[in-house]
Amino acid sequence: MHKFLIRSFVSSLVLLFTLTVAAVAKDVKAAFVYIGPTGDHGWTYQHDVGRKAVEAAGFKTTYVEGVPESADAERVLRQLANSGHDIIFTTSFGYMNPTNKVAKEFPNVKFEHATGYKREHPNVATYAARFYEGRTILGTIAGTMTKSNVIGYVASFPIPEVIRGINSFTLAAQKVNPNIKTKIVWAFTWYDPGKEAEAAKALIDQGADVIAQHTDSTAIVQMAEKAGVYAFGQASDMDKFAPKAVLTSVENNWGPYYVDRVKAVANGTWSQKDTWHGIGDGMVVISGLDSQMPSDLQAKVKKLQADLASGKVHSFTGPIYDQKGNLMVAEGKTADDGMLAGMMTYVKGVEGDIPK
Amino acid sequence: MIIDVNFVGLIIASIMASAVPLILASCGELITERSGVLNLGVEGMMIIGAISGFALMTVTGSLIIAVFGAMLAGVLISTIFAFLTQTLITNHVATGLALTIFGIGISAMIGKNFVGIPGKEFPVLFEGLKDTIPLLSPILFGHSIVFYFAFALPFITSYFLKKTKIGLIVRAVGDSPESASNQGINVRFVRYACILYGGAMCGLAGAYLSMIYTPQWIENMTGGRGWIALALVVFSTWNPIKILIGAMIFGGLTIIQFHMQAIGVRIPVQFLTALPYIVTIIVLVVISRDSRKIRLSTPSSLGKSFHKDN
Repeated sequence: MHKFLIRSFVSSLVLLFTLTVAAVAKDVKAAFVYIGPTGDHGWTYQHDVGRKAVEAAGFKTTYVEGVPESADAERVLRQLANSGHDIIFTTSFGYMNPTNKVAKEFPNVKFEHATGYKREHPNVATYAARFYEGRTILGTIAGTMTKSNVIGYVASFPIPEVIRGINSFTLAAQKVNPNIKTKIVWAFTWYDPGKEAEAAKALIDQGADVIAQHTDSTAIVQMAEKAGVYAFGQASDMDKFAPKAVLTSVENNWGPYYVDRVKAVANGTWSQKDTWHGIGDGMVVISGLDSQMPSDLQAKVKKLQADLASGKVHSFTGPIYDQKGNLMVAEGKTADDGMLAGMMTYVKGVEGDIPK
Repeated sequence: MIIDVNFVGLIIASIMASAVPLILASCGELITERSGVLNLGVEGMMIIGAISGFALMTVTGSLIIAVFGAMLAGVLISTIFAFLTQTLITNHVATGLALTIFGIGISAMIGKNFVGIPGKEFPVLFEGLKDTIPLLSPILFGHSIVFYFAFALPFITSYFLKKTKIGLIVRAVGDSPESASNQGINVRFVRYACILYGGAMCGLAGAYLSMIYTPQWIENMTGGRGWIALALVVFSTWNPIKILIGAMIFGGLTIIQFHMQAIGVRIPVQFLTALPYIVTIIVLVVISRDSRKIRLSTPSSLGKSFHKDN
């Protein structure tokens, strides 16, 4: 009897000890600040998928959704930092200044700001994805699949991220089909299904038979499905919304990066850095290719994907000219990250002006 | 850019499709306002209709249950408003605003499980006739039943208000609840009925968005259309036929500005985006020049609570 008691006492001690060690190693709390609702099935939704990956890796997470890019953001950040979070991800461009400001007050908390460039304190890191690599693939597909040679593009706001996407898409499409025209409609929203559908419909009525989008909802691919033209999914795999129209999607995959960074905090190896990952690092993912695409195109796309991943091919390889014919990137050169980050001019072949 | 008649037909058809939710919600709100009740909860009732329709469609698989369920959901949420403003005599404006905030919040909560699910295809009528008449075919054929109902509704509403006894009672209650009450009309009952009817139409407008126009659920998907519908009622000076015109202008300006962009017309996009609002202001200014006409058609007791015991 005594033996039994002692044995069970010892074993429970061992068990307790193991549990405690496990708990200590994983006792890192991560917080996420979102611009939109997690139910947008677009930008915020994908960040939340990333947060769930962190949770699945055994860490505690919190999130606050619908936080305006104003003084409210500071208040939310301060509260999160005060309530024992070790790392805070701020997932919209407009959180740049609030993040840096609050980071100064909490040197022991790590801050990670998405799509920004300011790292004013050693506890602020930045990260973004090279979505334009995905758009090189979409452009290649669009240029090949179009019969009317008119490609529609629903854009959101005239910022470098969107201009870079339009340019990368058009350059790739022109490479396979010099006769194409990219018609751009600015919806001036990231997220309004009705408006996005109307923009897509206008482009389709004007002869576009492939529609690309840089807004977040699935309304555009559904409109394409109804009208019998092709489209591409944005941010997440949208194939099930429009099985016939969607040729492929470019997915934002934040999970691996988030897990990495939270683990780094747990292990004490976190350090400030600027991350800009693309297809090669798996932050930008190309969904399955639709079987309507001819097999030689599929093979070409797969090769392009591999070459973009390995760095053999760069989306912006010279010679690249702007609309007026001025040389932007010389032959044999590629655009550097500084140029990409501040890109505010259309390349040759894009129609119209950038709204000011 | 070749402008042929079919292209014009396509544009007009797009404009009409975008006007449908505005017409439905406005015509519903018009009846509510004609009975003297100002319900600012249109946006909230629409979004509740949108999530209810989508959720019921996904769960039951039946489009009919979903459409009527969305209308019923609109009725239920407007019952809260009716109870507060008519039975508890709360302030119309504050209660209506609360209804909108409540609707947006609760729809997001219910909707959590319905994000990322594709909607079902909604059947359209007369699709076989789509290429028969130039210009008119895309306008007349190949739309959902809700589309045809929406374009009939302003005429039905107009007939109801002008030619039927119940319509007259609704107007009497809105213009002079005291006299109506003295005539033996149950003012509270009539107002309850008008509020609930408005809720049903807003629910249907929401369901049109989430089931037919852009078949999916995402948070806030009504995108302020409820507020535009409210403005349209004033814009129309409480005349259902003018709602039709107003809704076409509102829907049309967005679509025409997208077309102009795609054609390459070099007008600043921001100006084009602001156009619907500029036009509203101009129209309101033009209308309000004839103040007698406005006063004639504005329900005199609009937004005022009615205490029977006084």
